[in-house]
Amino acid sequence: MSLIQIHDLTRRYVMGTETVHALRGVSLSIERGEYLAIMGPSGSGKSTLMNLLGCLDTPSSGYYELNGVNVAHMDDNSLAEIRNREIGFVFQSFNLLPRSDSLHNVELPLIYSGVSASERREKAMQALVNVGLGERTHHKPNELSGGQRQRVAIARALVNNPSIVLADEPTGNLDSRTGEEILGLFETLSRRGNTIIVVTHEEDVAQHARRIIRIRDGLVAADEINPNPRAALRMQEAVK
Amino acid sequence: MNLLHELKESVLIAWSALRTNKMRSMLTALGIIIGIVTVTLMGSAIAGLNTEFRRMVAGIGADNLYVQRFAWFAGEEPWRQARNRRELTLRDAREVERLSSFAVAVGAEANGNGTVSYQRKQAKGVWVAANTENSATIRGLSLSAGRWLSESDVQSARPVCVIGSYLVERFFPYGGAVGSRIKLNDMPFEVIGVLEKQGSSFGNNPDDQIVIPVTRFTREFTRWPDVSIVVKIRNLQELDDAKEELRGILRKIRRVAPGEKDDFAINQQDALISFFNVIGGSIAAVGLFITGLSLFVGGIGIMNIMFVSVAERTREIGIRKAIGAKRRTILVQFLVEAATITLGAGILGLLIAWPITLVIDHYMAASMPWWLVGIALAVSVLTGVVSGFLPAWRAARMDPVEALRSE
Repeated sequence: MSLIQIHDLTRRYVMGTETVHALRGVSLSIERGEYLAIMGPSGSGKSTLMNLLGCLDTPSSGYYELNGVNVAHMDDNSLAEIRNREIGFVFQSFNLLPRSDSLHNVELPLIYSGVSASERREKAMQALVNVGLGERTHHKPNELSGGQRQRVAIARALVNNPSIVLADEPTGNLDSRTGEEILGLFETLSRRGNTIIVVTHEEDVAQHARRIIRIRDGLVAADEINPNPRAALRMQEAVK
Repeated sequence: MNLLHELKESVLIAWSALRTNKMRSMLTALGIIIGIVTVTLMGSAIAGLNTEFRRMVAGIGADNLYVQRFAWFAGEEPWRQARNRRELTLRDAREVERLSSFAVAVGAEANGNGTVSYQRKQAKGVWVAANTENSATIRGLSLSAGRWLSESDVQSARPVCVIGSYLVERFFPYGGAVGSRIKLNDMPFEVIGVLEKQGSSFGNNPDDQIVIPVTRFTREFTRWPDVSIVVKIRNLQELDDAKEELRGILRKIRRVAPGEKDDFAINQQDALISFFNVIGGSIAAVGLFITGLSLFVGGIGIMNIMFVSVAERTREIGIRKAIGAKRRTILVQFLVEAATITLGAGILGLLIAWPITLVIDHYMAASMPWWLVGIALAVSVLTGVVSGFLPAWRAARMDPVEALRSE
């Protein structure tokens, strides 16, 4: 059974008197363990698709099954629970809580799933070590470099063992070298069996994935296997 | 995620948010602080008034009936009629004592003011209580030295007196009060007893009194030999019967024709209490309403600042929602933040109001009992929750996609 099964998904926005069709019927299935890139120029509907895949938004019509559960018409609170359990977000602008240190930022999903304080601490610590930030647990976001912030965000995305890591332009705010580092981290995660979906408009970034889905005008324009994914800089191996 | 857990997390979040905006939080809290101070002070004044009133009324005694020319709370018109009534005299009192079956003690009282002097010391405006031999029982007084007025003291209108502890401290700091001769309005009186200390109430100091035989009083101090007849009844349950009997006796001895109205009034503690409850209740309602307005204004300030806080932290709300915070979690977070400000303000307000209460207590009755502290804190939390609700609700209902997009 596929991890993600979507069928004829549409999303319309009503803006005043105009109706915008952001998605016009997208069907996809994604298997567990895939490393997938969703590509498309701005306005193509890829962000809308990401919001739907991430359960941040609900479709106007269509079917979306995530990990065996139909989530297309869930209410706000059930979606929050799904997001908490099944999805780890990585954003372009990191989206860390500015007043909290790395450890607390990583703990956040565990707080919302009701994990006890001691277990929380332990898991968050481990997640930070896994992204190579074991020494930066008590730094606040403004005391970290861009790459480090994004790694905190990745640790946060992984800490609850989600089914999918959903990354929206994860390298967009980073210089190219740091961006490579982050992509390298994704490769490592992918090798360990995590399902990764990267949404991007950069061909370079997409080329790291093993499957590339191209969105244009709210429809899937191409869905192709990447025969030789680009490897990130090997220096990444220094970071576990 | 259970509610307790949620509250704990929310308190931590609220605390760090408030610390980030110290100045703003303080200024917002100021409104609530002022509100709590005024409401608490009003509350403690009312509480003080109540306690003092109860103490004063206890002195009157629930089981005492006061026969007087005037009813206590009759209004102005009946008072004009009552003015022309015949005086009540000591003889009436003796008759009542002889005829009543419900009374355990009947006394006669009159009150006045006088100047007491001893050697070269002088006390002005002393309460002169004109009593009979059983007034000590009726008034619930006890002596710390000497004896009370005797029947023959009263009958012969002897120039003897029992004085309050304040006068003793004033004139006889080294003892020797009993047996000394003091002067009341320049007339000599022998001190035969000293009252136990009672403490002041309602700006009225019962320790600053001098008790003399009522006969002496009506002879020397007033041209109007009018007294109050005080009847202490055996049993509070028989109050109504006793009152009825008393009325019959008085009509008889005062020769009131059948069909004519009573030419006297029978007063009791009840009337005073119900009068006080009406007056005190309306003072409390008006006072608390007016001071409550300042709390209301403070609440508006809280609501305003919470709206600002929610708007500023839209992105944070988006992040929290994306990561799995439910509506309730966000709602609780902001409610707790608002309640933290107001609770803090409430505590500060109480810390300010408390010494003020102590100062006020020197001039008039005021006290800050625990229940008032509890209510003040509960009201502060409630203000926070109520005024924080709308902003928190707005935050809880935010669309995560929109919220994440905000700068």
